[in-house]
Amino acid sequence: MGDYIGAIQSRISNFRMRYSVEPGLYALGEPDAESDVFVTANYKLSFDILRKELKGLNAWILVLDTKSINVWCAAGKGTFGTDELVGRINAVQLHKVVNHRKIIVPQLGAVGVNARAVQKQTDFKVYFGPVYAKDIPAYIEAGCKKTPEMRMVRFPIIDRLILTPMEIIPAMKKFPLFALIVLLLFGLQPSGIIFNDVLSGGMPFLLLGLISILSGAFITPVLLPFIPFRSFAVKGWMAGMIFTYAIMQIMRPDILPAISSYIFFPLASSYIALQFTGSTTFTGMSGVKKELKIGLPIYLISAGISVILLLVHKLHQWKVL
Amino acid sequence: MKYLTNVTSLQLSSEKCTGCGKCIDVCPHGVFIMNNKKALITDKDLCMECGACALNCEFGAISVNSGVGCAAAIINSMITGGPPSCDCSGSPSQSASSNCC
Repeated sequence: MGDYIGAIQSRISNFRMRYSVEPGLYALGEPDAESDVFVTANYKLSFDILRKELKGLNAWILVLDTKSINVWCAAGKGTFGTDELVGRINAVQLHKVVNHRKIIVPQLGAVGVNARAVQKQTDFKVYFGPVYAKDIPAYIEAGCKKTPEMRMVRFPIIDRLILTPMEIIPAMKKFPLFALIVLLLFGLQPSGIIFNDVLSGGMPFLLLGLISILSGAFITPVLLPFIPFRSFAVKGWMAGMIFTYAIMQIMRPDILPAISSYIFFPLASSYIALQFTGSTTFTGMSGVKKELKIGLPIYLISAGISVILLLVHKLHQWKVL
Repeated sequence: MKYLTNVTSLQLSSEKCTGCGKCIDVCPHGVFIMNNKKALITDKDLCMECGACALNCEFGAISVNSGVGCAAAIINSMITGGPPSCDCSGSPSQSASSNCC
């Protein structure tokens, strides 16, 4: 039960940064000198998944010190890497624990583990096992052979859904600042801050702000493959535009705030959606760089234009213009 | 799911390739297949530049500019001038998406 609570906390907060297991060698069941050795990260969620899928087997689990980060991400950073693996094999004296010279490393660990270098330095031959721990029993059954499917990383809707809280929560943390700016902007009158104006003018903007977060941090990730185009920025913009349009039909603000909204909020959704590239299993650095190179100037200029339009609207209201 | 077209930095030299199949074994997106005892790139656009193939190719036949495909990391690197890294999680307040690893 504690494991489930920990798993949930890891998905919604920075709790996962300290959800760890002590690095070292663990026995699962009653392993002996012939038992298989599985390598994993010291992120407790990774360790628990492996433990659960291997239930009933007698095996060794070698936990690397990845600073409580999962295998794939840690491999990208190099903490789940050749040096750590070699060091850990030596530290636990794996040569004395098992008679064979074979270790099973999760395939995604190959981003950080050079199999040849590990074998040269330790004699242990690295077998890159399946991407998903649930395939391990079938992999072992087949004599350490992967089917093509076992090699493939997927990104189903349930995975995308699980990742959305950590998109929504950070975005929501910026919302109070946005709300403050909007309320000041709309409430401010030559005669002071007028509360009625705050409500009538500011409310649509606050609602649109929330909707852009929903659109960029939740709808776009969840519906990812169903929204046209490959660019995350474009996907997020499209989703944001649909929602903005819908809200505008209900709220009907003045012409300048309306134009300002149509510029700002779909792009806000686009920017938030672009952040999801950090969570996917298929976006590469060159692609994200390209999106940002084109996108960032558009975001900055458009945000500037939106603010100017609102200011012009205010000045017009004050009969200055 | 595929990302942008024609952006990946993945390169395979068929002269250096010995057809050992390691790249096929480590690629999580099925980018490589075996053809006439040599590795062949099927669809470049499937590549996410994780770098597992290049790191594990003993013959230096593969090159890829690997790195994190994460907007927050790349924006951070633009500001700090360093390479894009996942280390933005060290200060989650700066990172727009905290799923970044």
